[in-house]
Amino acid sequence: MQLLNKRPESLVDVPMHYCPGCGHGIIHRLTAEVMDELNIRERTIGIAPVGCAVFADTYFNCDMIQGPHGRGPAEATGIKRCKPGAIVFSYQGDGDLASIGMAEIVHAAIRSENITVIFVNNAIYGMTGGQMAPTTLIGQKATTCVEGRTAKQAGYPIRMCELLATIDGSTYLERTSVHTAPGVLKTKAALKKAFQTQIDGKGFSMVEILSMCPTNWGTRLDNPSEATKYVNDDMMKVFPLGVYKGEK
Amino acid sequence: MAEKKLMKGNEALAEGAIKAGCRFFAGYPITPQNEVPEYMSWRMPAVGGAFVQAESEVSAINMIYGAAATGVRCMTSSSSPGVSLKQEGLSYCAGADLPLLIANVMRGGPGLGNIAGAQGDYWQATRGGGHGDYRTFVMAPNGVNEMANFPHKCFEVACKYRLPAMVLADGIIGQMMEPVEFTAPEVDPKNLVEPDWALGINNGRAKRIVKSYDLREGYLEKMVLERVKRYKEIEKNEIMYEEKMLEDAEIAMVAYGTSARVSVAAMKLARERGIKVGLFRPITLWPFPKNRLAELSNRIKKFLVVEMSLGQMVEDVQLSINGAAQVNLHAKPGASVMTAEEVYTTLERIVKKGAKEYAVAK
Repeated sequence: MQLLNKRPESLVDVPMHYCPGCGHGIIHRLTAEVMDELNIRERTIGIAPVGCAVFADTYFNCDMIQGPHGRGPAEATGIKRCKPGAIVFSYQGDGDLASIGMAEIVHAAIRSENITVIFVNNAIYGMTGGQMAPTTLIGQKATTCVEGRTAKQAGYPIRMCELLATIDGSTYLERTSVHTAPGVLKTKAALKKAFQTQIDGKGFSMVEILSMCPTNWGTRLDNPSEATKYVNDDMMKVFPLGVYKGEK
Repeated sequence: MAEKKLMKGNEALAEGAIKAGCRFFAGYPITPQNEVPEYMSWRMPAVGGAFVQAESEVSAINMIYGAAATGVRCMTSSSSPGVSLKQEGLSYCAGADLPLLIANVMRGGPGLGNIAGAQGDYWQATRGGGHGDYRTFVMAPNGVNEMANFPHKCFEVACKYRLPAMVLADGIIGQMMEPVEFTAPEVDPKNLVEPDWALGINNGRAKRIVKSYDLREGYLEKMVLERVKRYKEIEKNEIMYEEKMLEDAEIAMVAYGTSARVSVAAMKLARERGIKVGLFRPITLWPFPKNRLAELSNRIKKFLVVEMSLGQMVEDVQLSINGAAQVNLHAKPGASVMTAEEVYTTLERIVKKGAKEYAVAK
């Protein structure tokens, strides 16, 4: 009998708490596969955020730290400067990275910190129950904009890859999605390039991954197939996929 | 004997931290502590360490959170408003049992206040400052020499008991120049054993997690109670204080830092003029030397707390003495410094006229 696939060694064998149809589980697995393939598990230090992925410290089978909301890139900076031989990644959601942690992500890129950021953009605050995120689309409903986000009241969704691409210190930036099988494969390739950028000492890398949140996207999208359609038909119009910095 | 050098308080503090094995510093400019990051920016690379000027105090303390998690001795410094910004991160450090050094070179407050030396952050420093049940080991230097030598003690205690340690200075001590002798032992980080909780290159060992949370019922309580055991050990083993002329004293002043220096001058004036006064100077503000104060209150029935605030440490003195003696207060808020003559006048009113003084000095 031939073993075709197995749990990556970089992932701990425990049940995950993520909701049905959520992208975090896929993204965890892809990250773990990349760590295995690059043979970096034993020198990787990961940072779990505040938000849905808070328990990432349990799921990844490498040294992990969980810290304050939005400060992952600052923690990563302290770790990397003290342990330059370690591979350091910060795993963050959109509220974490693009709202409360906007200063930390921008300045980590400005310093070209040799770290990798995995940015999961599902356009909503998941853990706290579906409030408007900085990436929430115009018209998208959330518990703090029940009739849908309006530009007049709450401004516009922020495009982080485009923003960070203007900074000289950012080395590799790509936006992918995990709503289709090809998207999953492209996401894995992007994560591998991002970690390789760090291994090669080339500076700041980030992969922004569009992901689904059927639980908090409201009843219209309250099933995985509708949610993946929303990524395809709505999110990707506002957040176009592609490489924003570095080799395509 | 170590060589004597003329140094500024802030620079002595920075060099003292380096000599105590500190190899990572992150900070953000704020007066009156700017000499600390300035000194660290060139000194840290010279000893093989790393320096980062962070984009904010919030980011700086989180860089320290990350650095401390790798087991490297690390430090951040700031002044009052900046230390307020660091409180969330400090709470995480305490909740994750990480050793680190933070210096607060206090200035006038609240709000932007001003940039002169003050002692208005005593409550913040000794009550935790951030959210949740935790303690910070706090040392209060009274001059440049103690700025130079306290980082060693702070790191020793922080690493042994796994908690943040703070040097609580003020703008006057940070800015003044005095002769310094580095008498604390010099620590080469290469000789330090890597802690068994530190994140790093794992070479096949089991993964390690640094975190401050546990959502399972009863587990957070266990985490906190385990920490409390260490706090009790610190209270038992690490209290420091200084006593001057208390043997025959009919009244004891209680003061720390710059106020203690003014109190020494007031003590000399009062002794010349026939008042038998002594000084009790807490060196560790947490743990507070409450048992020693209680002992003293068996014999000395009048105390005068002198501080550059509305009166914050006075509450710890009252708790320690617990009604066994009269506790008076000479308080000076708003980053003003009391003069020795003013303190003497208060002493005179209490001792010669039997007044009870508990007021903010005008």
